[in-house]
Amino acid sequence: MTAAVSGSTTARRRAQRRSVLAALWPMVASLVVFVIVWQLVVFVSGFPPYILPGPLSVGQRFVRAWLDGTMWPNVSATLVEVLLGFALGASVALVAGIALARSRLAERLLSPYLVAAQATPVLALAPLIALWFGTDLPSKLVICTLIVFFPVAVATMVGIRSVDPRLLEMARSFRASSWQTITRVEVPAALPAILGGMRVGVTLSVIGAIVGEWAGADRGLGVLINVARGSLFDIPLMFAALLQLAIIGVVLYLVMLLIERRLVGER
Amino acid sequence: MDPAREPATMTATPSVHAPGAGAGISLNGISLTFRGARTTRVLDTIDLEVRRREVVALIGPNGCGKSTLLRVLAGLIKADGGAVAIDGQPVTGPDPRVGLVFQEPRLLGWRSAESNVRFPMELAGWSRERQEARASDLLGLVGLREYARARPGTLSGGTRQRVSIARALALEPSLLLLDEPFSALDALTRERFNLELLRLWERTGTTIVLVTHSIPEAVFIADRVVVLSPRPARVVADIAVGMPRPRRLVDLDSALVSSLAADVRAHLADTTDDAIAMEEARRAIPAGLTPKDRPARKHAETEPGTPAWFDPFRPEDES
Ligand SMILES: Nc1ncnc2c1ncn2[C@@H]1O[C@H](COP(=O)(O)OP(=O)(O)OP(=O)(O)O)[C@@H](O)[C@H]1O
Ligand SMILES: [Mg+2]
Repeated sequence: MTAAVSGSTTARRRAQRRSVLAALWPMVASLVVFVIVWQLVVFVSGFPPYILPGPLSVGQRFVRAWLDGTMWPNVSATLVEVLLGFALGASVALVAGIALARSRLAERLLSPYLVAAQATPVLALAPLIALWFGTDLPSKLVICTLIVFFPVAVATMVGIRSVDPRLLEMARSFRASSWQTITRVEVPAALPAILGGMRVGVTLSVIGAIVGEWAGADRGLGVLINVARGSLFDIPLMFAALLQLAIIGVVLYLVMLLIERRLVGER
Repeated sequence: MDPAREPATMTATPSVHAPGAGAGISLNGISLTFRGARTTRVLDTIDLEVRRREVVALIGPNGCGKSTLLRVLAGLIKADGGAVAIDGQPVTGPDPRVGLVFQEPRLLGWRSAESNVRFPMELAGWSRERQEARASDLLGLVGLREYARARPGTLSGGTRQRVSIARALALEPSLLLLDEPFSALDALTRERFNLELLRLWERTGTTIVLVTHSIPEAVFIADRVVVLSPRPARVVADIAVGMPRPRRLVDLDSALVSSLAADVRAHLADTTDDAIAMEEARRAIPAGLTPKDRPARKHAETEPGTPAWFDPFRPEDES
């Protein structure tokens, strides 16, 4: 029996690895095509490097920025903002989502503000937030929290509302407290939905950090982009910073995906 | 072993809780009306006494209120009128003396079989060692020790239902309530489960109230078969089954079972206004035929929907 179960688990793992490889192939291919097309556009259009640098010069600038220490301080500053902001926003959203799912009153009291806040672009709020919270880490965290909040809260709320009422009745028949019902039935059952919301949230957190940096900061990839386009007028560096930002976003998304697979893949 | 195959028997370990521990039940004038968009009168002054260690089968037409009656007994809903008492003490809320087995297994899909059985013990705050010892005993009792680590998703319907029976027994209830627990099983497996339930009863010493739609099952398992009327449910007959225990599957084919089954069928048919069914029942059809298939879904068992983000227009009672 144990052998049969673990056997099927390893078989499933192997199948999963194969499917990951199969999924990776087209991605690599499309990346290659993307770089080739980019180079072709540069070639055909004849744009000067200060408008559209080629992939080679961007790649070289990227490596140089890492080697001469331009990149790391900015990357680390942005990463801290993204991760802390996401953690803060997702935690608040988780609690709020649970409250919204369980209480009609909470939903009626809060939903107008939540929808209004979501409908107001963060970009428009950022200067105000910088005014109130300064140009250090706190203002970035506020912006990230605002932007991460909505998708995670809504996913949590919808996930918990969709939990099979029969499971809840079962838990009640064993005299589960509200806290036990939340932690042992509702959140685990809603986990796939919640993690789906967090996957969206983590990429939005990157946007939040950059918007926050544009509203005022002295370090970070957003700052680097501005400086490279402005006072330095080093367009390949700007592209290198954009590339770095895209890499961060993709990596965070993939990490969330792996966590999701780890936690709910077995079901 | 193939996880889809049924394990041999439910009985592998000695008695799991003290025999003679069963509780007596008394229902006095229980009435219940659901008030919502429509008012549905479901239970109509039901009186029922069950002695300690007795096995009672409840049988009645679809939607008459059998599940509702079990919920009232388990303290999950409060009756409008009347009194429910277990061993003389009133039932006021979900009751620790009751173990409830639902029609569907209702297992937590992200937990192993063993962890599902431990669920009530976790809620009750038992120590880890105590949980593990008890869960292992219970899995042995229902013959699922090798399946301890399997996820419900990999188990067959019958095996899942055993897990849910083990879970219902977790906190040593003195009253076991089963709501059509075997309706998803094939005919032969179902007979075997009937027998195993009786063995389980011998080992655990609980009182049992079982809802079923199968007349032979009711007669085979129970000391008394209680027939309920269509909604609102009333007790229309209370038939004693004077068959000696321990019972064997061959007893199912005995003349006594046939005549008792015919008796139950006649009372059931009396409760419906279906003239043909009534006529046929009066002519005492031989035992072995079960009532025609029930509609697959009931209102409380529909799939959960996916609600909108924020919906101020959603009606109050739907959540
Ligand atoms: N929470 C509820 N709100 C409103 N009506 C309900 C509720 N629960 C049950 N009912 C209604 O009460 C009646 C009895 O339901 P119940 O589930 O007890 O029937 P049942 O005898 O178990 O039927 P079945 O044999 O189909 O399982 C049904 O008409 C059902 O629609
Ligand atoms: Mg029912």
